[in-house]
Amino acid sequence: MQIDDLIKHTSEWLKGIGPNSDVVISSRIRLARNLNKVPFPHWASKGQLNEVIEKTSLAMLKIEQLKKATLFELANLDSIDKQFLVERHLMSIEHTQKTEQKAVLVNDEENIAVMINEEDHLRIQLMQSGFNLFEAWNIINGIDDSLAKLLDYAYLPDFGYLTACPTNTGTGMRGSVMLHLPALVMSRQIERVLAAIAKLSFTTRGLYGEGTQASGNFFQISNQVSLGHSENEIIENINSLIRQIIEQETQAREIMLSKSRDVLEDRINRSLGILKSARIITSQETIELLSMVRLGSDLGMIKDIDRRTINELFIITQPAHLQKLEDKKLSQQERDLTRAELIRKKLNLL
Amino acid sequence: MTCDVCGKNAATVHLTEIIDEQMNELHLCEECARTKSAAMEQQFGLSDLLAGMVDFQKPANKEEELINVKCPSCGLTYVDFKKIGRLGCGECYNVFRKYLAPLLKRIHGSNQHIGKFPLKIKTTARISKKKIDLADLKEQLQKAIQNEDFEDAARLRDLIKKISEEKGKA
Repeated sequence: MQIDDLIKHTSEWLKGIGPNSDVVISSRIRLARNLNKVPFPHWASKGQLNEVIEKTSLAMLKIEQLKKATLFELANLDSIDKQFLVERHLMSIEHTQKTEQKAVLVNDEENIAVMINEEDHLRIQLMQSGFNLFEAWNIINGIDDSLAKLLDYAYLPDFGYLTACPTNTGTGMRGSVMLHLPALVMSRQIERVLAAIAKLSFTTRGLYGEGTQASGNFFQISNQVSLGHSENEIIENINSLIRQIIEQETQAREIMLSKSRDVLEDRINRSLGILKSARIITSQETIELLSMVRLGSDLGMIKDIDRRTINELFIITQPAHLQKLEDKKLSQQERDLTRAELIRKKLNLL
Repeated sequence: MTCDVCGKNAATVHLTEIIDEQMNELHLCEECARTKSAAMEQQFGLSDLLAGMVDFQKPANKEEELINVKCPSCGLTYVDFKKIGRLGCGECYNVFRKYLAPLLKRIHGSNQHIGKFPLKIKTTARISKKKIDLADLKEQLQKAIQNEDFEDAARLRDLIKKISEEKGKA
């Protein structure tokens, strides 16, 4: 598989299916793992890092779930390719910096991605569409078990899996759920919800994970604590929090529908109108308007556009995706024009 | 919308600060945002934050003892750890155990792992030291049997038996 092949299909997690997929975009689990007796990436020599890539990728390509996967060495990718992988949520922004001796392994369905030599030797990630953390855990747990037979992990009985940063020690696990909460934002209840989340030692981030601000109506919520609880407990804790947020969002949507249906319907259809006719549009405005259209589709106000098309538009209108689709470098002005054209085509064809 | 700081350029960066549960929104232009984030990084880089937490537990008058601690496996010193907020290798966790155990407790509320473990790891030494989730083990056993992974299954079966016996004794 080449990078360019990725753009031809929609990632598994963007399908817009799975439990509660009106509010939950995707569920993600990542495990941090390191090799025993090898310095962590920031402290290792180039030779050691190359060995990590070689050893881990050989092992990974042997296991069943990763037989159909491709290894991309970041030093061989240009800046658009790297940003493209970030936009598809296959790696972190952090991983695009200082790319020597770094790699990412991606399977064909694009639900599994493993960053090699990011902060830890391995950052294994599994993405699922909808609210599905336990299923994600079952799959990634199997991958981890298979890998542990081939690789010698850094592990201590009392501290668990050892990681470069002590904030990830223990299970090395971070579970995240990406939520779409337009009604809580519009009814100005979101601040109360976010404050409560922070108090419960969970983190809220933006669309692109660590270091990005929660923007628009999208929020990624994940656990902070990784030590002292089993993986199942951590997931159950996230799940019970997410269930409450889903309930609040659903209630807020119902209240808006019963109290101000006309205003809501107007706003949703205006958003769709702009997307269908704009000639210049930024990615920020696109995200905001698509968010409204998605809400309209979830509430049955917009019937001819399905969730999958909307999800796909979120991704392909991002800067690197546009440039990949056009197969050339575009300035910001050119991108805003191209983006508007692409959206018009997609939406008016339906 | 213009920048909250310089009041001249258009605000393109929107920042939400939460201080003592009080939320503040800041709208900044790119230039002011860069200055602000540099200032924040100086004050609140994660490494400093962690290093600050280590400092907090530093036993008084023992600075010298700390400076001399060095991981024999990767060469990272305690001073390095304080500076970068990252460990050098797995062995560092043993070497700096005395300082890490309370630090982990502060970060996670616990310094005792009770999640899964690599099946390769010899399990006998660990049992008495920690609480193992029997239900988790049984689940792993079921999975091993399903996958016809009989070596692991046998090891897990013995482990479950041993823990159950010990629980019976206690």
